[in-house]
Amino acid sequence: MLDVERQKGSDTMGVVIRLLRQVQPYRWRVALALGMVFMSTGLVAVQPMLIRFTVDEVFQAGRWHLLGWVALGLLLATVLRSAFGYLERISMEWIAQRTIYDLRNAIYHHLQSLSFSFYDQAQTGELMSRATADVEMLRRFLSFGILRLTSSALTLVVVMTLLLTMDIRLALVSMVSIPLLVFAIWRFATTVRPRYKQIQEQLGAITAVLQEAIAGVRVVRAFAQEDREIERFRRENWRYLDLNITTVRLWALYFPLMTFLGGLGSTVVLWYGGSRVIAGELSVGAMIAFQTLLMQLVMPIRMLGWLVNMASQAAAAGQRVYTILDTASDVRDKPSAVELVRPAGHVRFNRVSFSYDGKSSVLDDVSIDAKPGQIIALLGTTGSGKSTVINLIPRFYDVTAGSITIDGMDVRDVTLKSLRANIGMVLQETFLFSASLKDNIAYGRPGAKEHELIAAAKAAQIHDFILSLPEGYNTLIGERGIGLSGGQKQRVAVARALLMDPRVLILDEATSSVDSETELAMQRALQAVMRNRTTFVIAQRLSTVRGAHQIIVLQEGQIVEQGTHDTLLAQNGIYREIYDLQFRQQDSTQNQTDKGGE
Amino acid sequence: MRGGGSVGGAGGPMGPMGRLDIDAVEVKVETKVLRRIVPYVRPYTWHLVAGLAFMLLVTVTGLVAPYLEAVVIDRYILNQAGLSGEARAAGVTRIALVYIALFVAGWVCSYWQTFFVAWAGQNVIFALRQKMFNHLQKLSLSFYDNLEAGRIMSRLTNDVNSLNELVSSGILNVVNDAVTLLGTVFILVRLDWRLALFTFTTFPLLWFVATGFRGKMQRAYHDVRRKAATVNASLQESISGVRVTQSFVREERNAQHFDSTNMDNMQANMQAAQVNSAFIPLVEIVSTLGVCIVVWYGGIRIQSGALTIGVVYAFLRYMSRFFMPIRDLSQVYNVWQSATVSIDRIFELLDMEPSVKDSQDAFELPPVVGHVRFLDVTFGYKADLPVLHGVNIDIPPGRTVAVVGATGAGKSSLINLLCRFYDPQVGSITLDGYDLRDVTQRSLHQQVGLVLQDTFIFSGTAGENIRYGKPNATDSEVIAVAQAVNAHEFITKLPQGYNTPVHERGARLSVGQRQLIAFARALLSNPRVLILDEATSSVDAYTEVLIQKALVTLLKGRTAFIIAHRLSTLRQVDFVLALEQGRVVEQGTPEELLRQERGVYRTLYETQMRSLR
Repeated sequence: MLDVERQKGSDTMGVVIRLLRQVQPYRWRVALALGMVFMSTGLVAVQPMLIRFTVDEVFQAGRWHLLGWVALGLLLATVLRSAFGYLERISMEWIAQRTIYDLRNAIYHHLQSLSFSFYDQAQTGELMSRATADVEMLRRFLSFGILRLTSSALTLVVVMTLLLTMDIRLALVSMVSIPLLVFAIWRFATTVRPRYKQIQEQLGAITAVLQEAIAGVRVVRAFAQEDREIERFRRENWRYLDLNITTVRLWALYFPLMTFLGGLGSTVVLWYGGSRVIAGELSVGAMIAFQTLLMQLVMPIRMLGWLVNMASQAAAAGQRVYTILDTASDVRDKPSAVELVRPAGHVRFNRVSFSYDGKSSVLDDVSIDAKPGQIIALLGTTGSGKSTVINLIPRFYDVTAGSITIDGMDVRDVTLKSLRANIGMVLQETFLFSASLKDNIAYGRPGAKEHELIAAAKAAQIHDFILSLPEGYNTLIGERGIGLSGGQKQRVAVARALLMDPRVLILDEATSSVDSETELAMQRALQAVMRNRTTFVIAQRLSTVRGAHQIIVLQEGQIVEQGTHDTLLAQNGIYREIYDLQFRQQDSTQNQTDKGGE
Repeated sequence: MRGGGSVGGAGGPMGPMGRLDIDAVEVKVETKVLRRIVPYVRPYTWHLVAGLAFMLLVTVTGLVAPYLEAVVIDRYILNQAGLSGEARAAGVTRIALVYIALFVAGWVCSYWQTFFVAWAGQNVIFALRQKMFNHLQKLSLSFYDNLEAGRIMSRLTNDVNSLNELVSSGILNVVNDAVTLLGTVFILVRLDWRLALFTFTTFPLLWFVATGFRGKMQRAYHDVRRKAATVNASLQESISGVRVTQSFVREERNAQHFDSTNMDNMQANMQAAQVNSAFIPLVEIVSTLGVCIVVWYGGIRIQSGALTIGVVYAFLRYMSRFFMPIRDLSQVYNVWQSATVSIDRIFELLDMEPSVKDSQDAFELPPVVGHVRFLDVTFGYKADLPVLHGVNIDIPPGRTVAVVGATGAGKSSLINLLCRFYDPQVGSITLDGYDLRDVTQRSLHQQVGLVLQDTFIFSGTAGENIRYGKPNATDSEVIAVAQAVNAHEFITKLPQGYNTPVHERGARLSVGQRQLIAFARALLSNPRVLILDEATSSVDAYTEVLIQKALVTLLKGRTAFIIAHRLSTLRQVDFVLALEQGRVVEQGTPEELLRQERGVYRTLYETQMRSLR
C-alpha cells in the first residue's frame, strides 16, 4: 500500500502540479512574490552598468560633476533591490508556510480516518517521517526552491543578454567556461551527492550497533561478549571513516573545480577583453562590467544544479505524502447511514468470513448470537482469529462475507460515530495519552461531569490511587508526567471505557506484569464493567471462562466448539484440552495450597 | 510496565534521585579541556601542518588575483608606462597566463588542503569514537541505570560530530579567515592607505549586522524548534493511539487540537522568516555603502591624479571579500564554546571509572558445581540507602530457588549482586567458596547465566541469537538446544528457518517465542548457575505449556534462581527465598513455608490463588 517505489519516476511532473494546485488559493500572493523577484533580479544589472558608466564617462571622460550622483545611484539601487528581496522572501515564506499548514492538517485529518488495515501495514516511524521530513522537504522547495529557481533563471537571462549586447564576441569567448561548469556541476551531483547519502546510512549503522549494545548491555555482559560488540562497532566505525575519506577526496576534486572554472572565465575576459580594449574595440568600463557580470553567472548556474536535485527530492517526498493522502479508508459511512441509538446490545455474527489480504481467510463462516447482557468468552491460540472477532464489531475492518448486526441493524448501515460510541473497548496494550488523568478518563466524553468521572474511576478501582497523587485527577501522565504501572494503566483504560457507558463491551483480558494483589483488584474492576452489558472477552482467567454465558473456541478461523463450561467439558474436545493444559494447573495448585495450608 | 524490564528495573535505582545530570555541565571554556584532545591529534601533526600550508597557499592565490587585474588595467590597457602596442599585448598575455596558473595552483592546493585536514580529522574522530565505545563495554551497569540510552548515544554521535567540525573545519577556518582579512587589509593599505581607511569604516557596521542579528535569529529558531517538536509529538501520539481514538470517536476534537498546534508552528516560522529575510538585504546594503565610498572618494583621488582606475577596480574586488571572514570570526567564540562543551562531555564519559573492576590479581574462576553463599551482605545503589540488609543465604548446588517478594523487596538487587553487576558495600558473595571479587568478571559470566524478563533479541538471525554466548557452536549443537527447549518447531516454520533475520528487538517473534530463544541461548552456553527473571506478559496457553516444559530442561543439573511470578513455576521449585524490604524473612522448601501461618510466602501464594479464581 505504501510502496511508492513502484510508481516512481512515472509522474514527477504530476506531483509538482499537484503541489502547485495546493498553492492555488494563494495565487495572488504568488504573483506578487514573483513580481518582486522580477524587480529585484532586474536591479542586479544596475551596479555593474553604473560602474561601467563611472569608469568610462566619469573617470575617463572627466565628467566629475556626476560622481556624487553615481555613488548615490549605486546605493539607491541596492536599497531598492534589498527591499524587493526582503518582500519576496517574506511573501514566499508565507505562501510556503500556509500551504504546508494546510497540507499538514489534511494529512492529520486523513491519518485519523484511515482504517486499521492501513495501520496494520504501516509503521509509525515511517508515517512520522512522511508527515515530518517529507513535508519539511516540500516546505523548503516551496519557500526556497521556487523563488531561487525563478530568480536564478531570470538572472541568467538578464546577465547573458547584457553580455551579448555589450560585446558579442567577448561574450561568446568568455562563456566557453560555462559548458564546463555545467559539466562539473553534473559530475558533482552524480558522483559526490550519492556518497553523502551513503555516509548518512553508515552513520545509521553505527548508531544501530551502539543502540543495541546499550539496550542489550545486560545480555552482552551476562554472556561475556564485550569483545564481540567492540569488534562489531569497529567494523562499522571503520567503514564510516573509509567512506568519509573517499568522499572528501571526491569533493575536494570537484568543488574547487567550480572556482577554477569561474577563474577561467575571468582569465578570458582579462586576456581577450584586454586586447580588445587595447585595439580600441571595447571601453575599459565595459571590460570591468564584463568581469563583474561574468562572476554573477557562476552562482545561478550552481544554484540551478542544486535546485534540480532539490526538485527531484521534493517530487519524491511529495509522491510519498500524496500516497498517504490518496489511500482511501476502506471503512466509511454509507451515504444512507443512520444513527444507532441506544441499542439493547444484541450482537449477531451471521456466517462471517474475513480476510486481511483477500487470499488467506482469517475467519471462516463464523456465527455468534450474543443476547443483550451476555458474556461471550473467546478462546484460542495466537492466530486463531479471536482478535479479529473483536475488531469486526466496532467495524475497524469490514467483513469479507456475511454480516454483523447490532439489534438487527447491519453495522455497515449505521454511522461509524454512533456505532463506536456504543461500544467500549479495553485492549491488551493499553494506550494512554500524555495528558492529565482526568483528560484520559474523559477521552471519549470530553464534557463528562466530575461526579461521573469519579464514579467511573471508582468502579475501575483506580479512584483511591488517583487521590493518593499530589495533584489527583490533574496529574499528568506519559512523557511529561508520571509513569504508571501496567496494572494502573489498564484500570485507567477501564474507567475510560466505563465513562462511555457502552452497551457493548470488548475486553482483551491481559495478564500483563502486575502483582497478585493488583491483579485481584483489576479483576473486580472488570467484573464491575461487564455487568448489564453485552461483553466479548478474550479470556485468560478461569473465573471469566466459567462465568461466561457462552464459550467460543476458535481454531484457524473457525468455531470448533461453542457452549458453556459444563457442556464443553463434557464434550471432551479442544476446550477440555486447553482447560487441562492451562486451567487445571491453577486448580491443582490450589488444591495443593489447600493441602499445604492444613 | 517495569522500567525496561531489566533486572535493575523496578527494584533498582531508577528513581529520579539517581539520575546523573551530566548534561547540565555549565558552559565554560577551559583550555585544560582542549588539551585533552592533544594526544589524539598528535599522530596527525604533519597532516595538519601540510593542510595549513596548502590552505595558506590557497588564500594567497585568491588574494593576488585582483591585484594582477589592476596591473593589467593600469599598465597595459591604460598604458600608463607608455609602452608600444606590441609590448602591451604581450604584457596582457603574460599576466593572463600567470593569472590562470594561479587558479590552477589554487585548485590543486585546495584539494590537498581538504584531503590532509579530513584525513587527520576523520582519524581522530574514529579513534575517539572507538575508544568511547570500548569504554562503554567496561563501564559498570550502574552507569547504564543512571543515564538514559539516548543521552549515551548522543555522546557518541552528536558530541563527537561537533568535535569533528571543530577539528576539520573550525580551527582552519579561523586561521583562513584571519589571513584573508589581514592580507586584504595589508594589500589595500599598500595600494592607497587613505582610500583604505575610508573603506574600513564599514567594518563596524558589518560586525554589527553579523552579531546583532545572531541573538534574534537564535531566539526565533529556538522557538521554531520547540513548536516543531510539539507538532511532531502530537503527530506521533496520534499515530500510535489511532486505534483508541477511533474506538472513542475522538477524531474531530483531535483534529481541532492539532490545528492550533500546527498554527502556532506556522506563526513561529513566520517570525523566524522575518528576522532571517532581513539579514542578507542588510549585508548587501552595508557592502554597497563600501562600494559607494570607493567610487566616490576613489573618483576624487583619480581626479587629483593620485590614484589609477586599476587600483579603484582592485578596491571594488577586494571589498566583496570582507563580509564572510568578519561574519565567521564573529562566531568563533560560539564554535569554540560548543566544541569545548562537547569535549567536556566526551572526556567525562572516558574518565568514568567502572565501579566494578577485576582486581589486580583476579584469577579465572575454575569450573564450579554451583554452591552459592551470601555472607552478611548489605548493599545499596547509593551507599547511604541500602536496599539489602545483612542477607545470609546458603544454596547447595543443583537447587532451584524461587525468589519471591513484593515490588521493591530487593529481588532484582539480589540477582544483580550474584551476577556481580554491582559489588556489595558490606559482606561477601561466594561461588563454590570463591569470592566473586577475586575472580575475573569474564570467567564468572561464563559460568553464571542470565535470562531476562524482557528478552533481548539482537539483530541477526535466529541461529545467531542462540549462538550469542558461544559463537562457534555447530549447527547440530544449536538445533539440539533449540529442540530441548521446544524452540526448534517454530524456528523451522520461519521463512528461512534458523537463518531468518529477527531484528528490532525481535519484532517478528511473539513474546513467548523470544523467551524460548533466550532459553536456547542460555542452554547453549551451559552455565553452572542460571538466573531467570520470569516473564509475566501473557502468552497463549499453548506457548505457556511449551515454556513450562522448556524450563524443566533448562534447570536440570544447575543451581537456578528464579524471580517467580507464576504459580505454575513455583511448583518446580525446591527452595524458596522470601524477601521483604531488603531482608530475607523466610527461606526453606515450599512445603515448609506453606505451613507457616501468616508467612510472607503463604500470603503471596493465597493472593495469587484468589486472583485466579
